[in-house]
Amino acid sequence: MKENRLIPNDHSQAEGDKAALPTEKSAKHFSTLRNLLNSFENRTWRGVVIGIPYLWMLMFFFLPFVFVFKISLAESIIARPPFTSLIAWVDGTRLSINLIFDNYLLLLEDDFFTIAYLNSLKIAFVATLCCLIIGYIMAYGIARSKASIRNVLLLLVILPFWTSFLLRVYAWMGLLSNHGIINNLLLAIGFIDQPIQMMYTDFAMYVVFVYTFLPFMILPLYSTLEKMDMSLHEASADLGAKPVTTFLTVTVPLSMPGIIAGCMLVFIPAVGEFVIPSLVGGPDSMMIGRMLFDEFFANRDWPLASAVAVVLLIFLVVPFMLYKFYSARQEGRYV
Amino acid sequence: MEPLEEKYIDPQPWLDKNEKPFLEIRSVTKKFGDFTAVDKVNLEIYKGELFCLLGGSGCGKSTLLRILAGFETATEGSFFIDGVDMTQIPPYERPVNMMFQSYAIFPHMSVEKNIAYGLKRDGLSKPEVKTRVEEGLKLVQLSQFAKRKPHQLSGGQQQRVALARALVKHPKVLLLDEPLAALDKKLREKTQFELMDIQYKLGITFIVVTHDQEEAMTLSTRIAVMNQGKIKQIGTPTDIYEYPQSRFTANFIGSINIFEGIVKESLSESHVVQSEETQCDLLIDRDSSIHTGEKIGVAIRPEKIHLSREEPDKQDFNTLRGKVLDFGYIGNLSVYNVKLPSGKMVKVSSPNQNRYSKHRVTWDDIVYLTWEPANTVVIL
Ligand SMILES: Nc1ncnc2c1ncn2[C@@H]1O[C@H](COP(=O)(O)OP(=O)(O)O)[C@@H](O)[C@H]1O
Ligand SMILES: [Mg+2]
Repeated sequence: MKENRLIPNDHSQAEGDKAALPTEKSAKHFSTLRNLLNSFENRTWRGVVIGIPYLWMLMFFFLPFVFVFKISLAESIIARPPFTSLIAWVDGTRLSINLIFDNYLLLLEDDFFTIAYLNSLKIAFVATLCCLIIGYIMAYGIARSKASIRNVLLLLVILPFWTSFLLRVYAWMGLLSNHGIINNLLLAIGFIDQPIQMMYTDFAMYVVFVYTFLPFMILPLYSTLEKMDMSLHEASADLGAKPVTTFLTVTVPLSMPGIIAGCMLVFIPAVGEFVIPSLVGGPDSMMIGRMLFDEFFANRDWPLASAVAVVLLIFLVVPFMLYKFYSARQEGRYV
Repeated sequence: MEPLEEKYIDPQPWLDKNEKPFLEIRSVTKKFGDFTAVDKVNLEIYKGELFCLLGGSGCGKSTLLRILAGFETATEGSFFIDGVDMTQIPPYERPVNMMFQSYAIFPHMSVEKNIAYGLKRDGLSKPEVKTRVEEGLKLVQLSQFAKRKPHQLSGGQQQRVALARALVKHPKVLLLDEPLAALDKKLREKTQFELMDIQYKLGITFIVVTHDQEEAMTLSTRIAVMNQGKIKQIGTPTDIYEYPQSRFTANFIGSINIFEGIVKESLSESHVVQSEETQCDLLIDRDSSIHTGEKIGVAIRPEKIHLSREEPDKQDFNTLRGKVLDFGYIGNLSVYNVKLPSGKMVKVSSPNQNRYSKHRVTWDDIVYLTWEPANTVVIL
């Protein structure tokens, strides 16, 4: 027994090696079979998992969009439903398809709509930019704060969602109006003699815009900043970069995914927003969302409203597609 | 006559009284709350040295390095580079560069841009940046990878990007935090020599942090052994290995046998030490700091013990009889665990000079261990 242990390279050891070989091989066969089964299961599951969102998109986005598009090619009539039908039998024998492009033509010709579209883009852009600047500072602060208070700070960011959006807008009206809390306070301390007109101005609109959309900016920014490797900042300083340079050359480029996601999440809903400009905005802050609402409910011109919606969608989808295309190409380059 | 081949010179500036240290650390302490990570460290490092900070995980090596780079401020103490006090200077103005343990390569920049980053911050002109980057790439043999992104590189290549990025700045001192820890064994050994080569070529002072004693022994001109934030011993690899001054250093670097005993008698050339762990008295070389009656530890490295089955003629001193309890074959040598009658275990290693020997020592053999008094070290 001892003799065997003595010389490591002896006979029994070699035999043991040979004996081990076949078992290893059969284990390999077995695992290949199992892998095959697994991959089959995986594929079915993957199909289901991917299929559900597609089905969802089909039912609740694509089909409604087709209806809206169809209505946009009709004419407004006083009836129920209030638009002409696309396909009609004429004289009982001829099938006529009526595609009416008047609505789109109107959108092009009437400056009113063009201005509203441009105005919406401008307001959404400014609001997004303000959100980005304020949100970046806040997200950076939260990501660099102590782990123990980080969750509390994040909770505070999300907290407003727990009350109704309308309620929060009304609260802002209470703050900003001529007899609101801010004006009363400033009057009381003698800082001003006359209340400052804040309600129904661009200022009020932007304040509420930023207030409403800020969390959508902070959360994706926070998640990229929090993951960022601090040693990269140290390496940058070590190589001679002042803090500002480090921020511009390391922090910002590495948080680009968060910046883009945050801007999308703010810009897209902001363009179509209609509650905020209607409730706190001035008379000249005509946004496309408000116009859509008016056409639909006040004028009951469903076809025109639908055309407005379709054009708006194109405005929003095209940049999104461009971004997707760009990021896919970027990834393709990395892989 | 010119020398045929450039030879490594082996200067020892720390022995020269007229030489001024290039980097001087004066009683630097770093506390995190109540915890002392670095405890009153004093170090003098000379120009062109490849100095190793060696210690176990969590002993404060990285913290000390980060103080030198400027990422942590010392709670107490100061340090000087080339006579200039660095304590108050921000990291981006210090003439030192660091190679991070995680490499910290910018993932959004190509290899080339990573290396150029520090040069651009120095405000060098474009053509100058270009030549320096090319030099750097050549130095670490990455010229054909200049346009790659970091994630397209292997671990070893990333390590060299990090090295080049720090080196092109021509720092006065380069700090390397576990530079080879993430590489596999073969690559690590190869890279060790490349690192030494580069350091020698450029003449930049290197401070290398490592927990791997073999790496420290191979690389460095001198080693500082650290434990719990304190420096236990500073010396050349030979000094540290052959003359450990404390039980910690002796045990941390390689393995060693320590016999506890009392100095029984002091002779003209030697001392006689009586130990309860051994059958006979131990003889050690005379040392003026040792007095009769003192409690000391007599330490001897496993490879300095001669192991034999034959009974030696003289058995007055330094001869132990024991039974082989265990032995391991490592290839180039065999290691034995020998149990003495007192229960004390002694480690012995001996080279395998012959591939096969009939008289191989094996389990349960009775063996005799002997050694020269000059090979022992006294540990107080
Ligand atoms: N920022 C910090 N806050 C609190 N403790 C720290 C900090 N950095 C390091 N330490 C502690 O200091 C000790 C030494 O750490 P370090 O220098 O990284 O050790 P190592 O020798 O392994 O590089 C460790 O116990 C570590 O937990
Ligand atoms: Mg460390």
